[in-house]
Amino acid sequence: MSTFSKLEVKDKDIVTSLQGFFKTLLESKKIDAFMVPWHLPMKEVVMPTLISDVEQLDKADPLAPSFPMNAAKIASRLTKKPAGQTIALVMRSCEIRAFIELIKLKQGSLDNTVLIGIDCLGAFDNRDYASFAKKEVSTVRFCDKILKDKSENIEGLNLAAACKVCEHPVPDNADIIIGLYGIDYQSELLLEAPTVKGEELLQALNLPKTSESASRQQAIKSLISDREAKRDKMFEETSLATSNIEKLSGYLASCVNCYNCRVACPVCYCRECVFVTDVFDHDSFQYLQWAKKKGRVKMPTDTDFFHLTRMAHISLACVGCGQCSNACPNDIPLTELFRTVSHHTQKAFEYEAGKNIEEPIPLSVFNDKEYEEVVGINKQSTE
Amino acid sequence: MTEFEPTIVAFFCNWCTYTASDLAGTSRLSYPPNIKIIRMMCTGMVDPKYVIKALLEGADAVLISGCHPGDCHYINGNYKARRRVKLLKEMLKRFGLEEERLRLTWIGASDGLQLAETINTMVDQVKKLGPSEIKSTMVI
Repeated sequence: MSTFSKLEVKDKDIVTSLQGFFKTLLESKKIDAFMVPWHLPMKEVVMPTLISDVEQLDKADPLAPSFPMNAAKIASRLTKKPAGQTIALVMRSCEIRAFIELIKLKQGSLDNTVLIGIDCLGAFDNRDYASFAKKEVSTVRFCDKILKDKSENIEGLNLAAACKVCEHPVPDNADIIIGLYGIDYQSELLLEAPTVKGEELLQALNLPKTSESASRQQAIKSLISDREAKRDKMFEETSLATSNIEKLSGYLASCVNCYNCRVACPVCYCRECVFVTDVFDHDSFQYLQWAKKKGRVKMPTDTDFFHLTRMAHISLACVGCGQCSNACPNDIPLTELFRTVSHHTQKAFEYEAGKNIEEPIPLSVFNDKEYEEVVGINKQSTE
Repeated sequence: MTEFEPTIVAFFCNWCTYTASDLAGTSRLSYPPNIKIIRMMCTGMVDPKYVIKALLEGADAVLISGCHPGDCHYINGNYKARRRVKLLKEMLKRFGLEEERLRLTWIGASDGLQLAETINTMVDQVKKLGPSEIKSTMVI
């Protein structure tokens, strides 16, 4: 069972309080380094940064509404081989879920890590964050907008599409969860330790004990049901927009095969994607053959093929972080498409990506008697 | 007007269904030529990409057929194929692909008769369904 402690907030400044909390942990020598979103000194950009010097934590800002990449990829790099030192990974809920998937794919490990999750307030896509940064609005003000005013429109900017329909605002599978929703966050934050690892760390800090209030549980419940309603509406709209291959083709029409979505995707983990290998390095003769077959062939070729293959590869592991849309130079709403398909494929295998580290990935296991409904030629379309 | 003749791309496992198609031939059983057989060593090596590519290139249907559960020459390839087909069906039906256009069957090496029947039925079903819309709408 989880244990709960309180973290005092001074001057209503939760960012400084979080930095203080991280500093105490780093000073305790139980943690050797922090991976945390950090304001770069040269430009208003927030990037995951590995910090070993306590002073440097002054610029750590895990609540900044910036989400330039899914840090699960960095976490995988940092934990793939044992380093013998403990790293605290401060990640968003979707980053933790993607990291869990990567661990199942043997691309990382929980050994020598402490996962710190914070109630996620969402983020802007890259373009909107750049505009937000120009306005010089503080992270604290952003938090107030989300938590107090319950607004999704901040200074004329909207949260990223993925964040608006995210039903995981509270991170699962963290060792320490820092709670913001449904509490008086301007005076204290809730520190939850669902694991032994987290509990031991918090115990050493001698923080005042507390419990999870009913109002917090209520706030989370209503937030999730609100998000689920929005998500279901998004599913419906996306399904309608892609209900046949022609529509899907139109949906993806502005794709230029840059594969940024695949690079940005935290669970697309192949070192070398088949789409950049010789398999797709066709001869000019081949292109002409294709063109002759129908009188024309759209270049670059294999666009729908790429997206459908990527879907077959990752839809069971998709955590809906939204980085595919964020990375798309042509603003294709990929998150909506992939989340919609993933929702159905994951449901078909009674699987939820990133939920449970013990649960095997559906395509990595099998039984002798299962899914017999897909075998045989008697089942007819229901139309 | 000539009747619609579908193209069905079939991935047959070398040990069971491909052998069954040989048996059907030597037994002088006939099945329609709409089926284009690709011999695989195992249904477990039918990459989902092959199915997607075949359908995007205009195949009216895809048939994957291999050994019955428990009979796989490689112990469990057919179980893996079954999960992949489950995933593909779930995914592709979001984009309007009909149930009849992707089939998985188990046909043992001695089931030449069953093979001929399966192909006959499948061709009939796809004929009824009509040509794949992908053929007319796709620009690749």
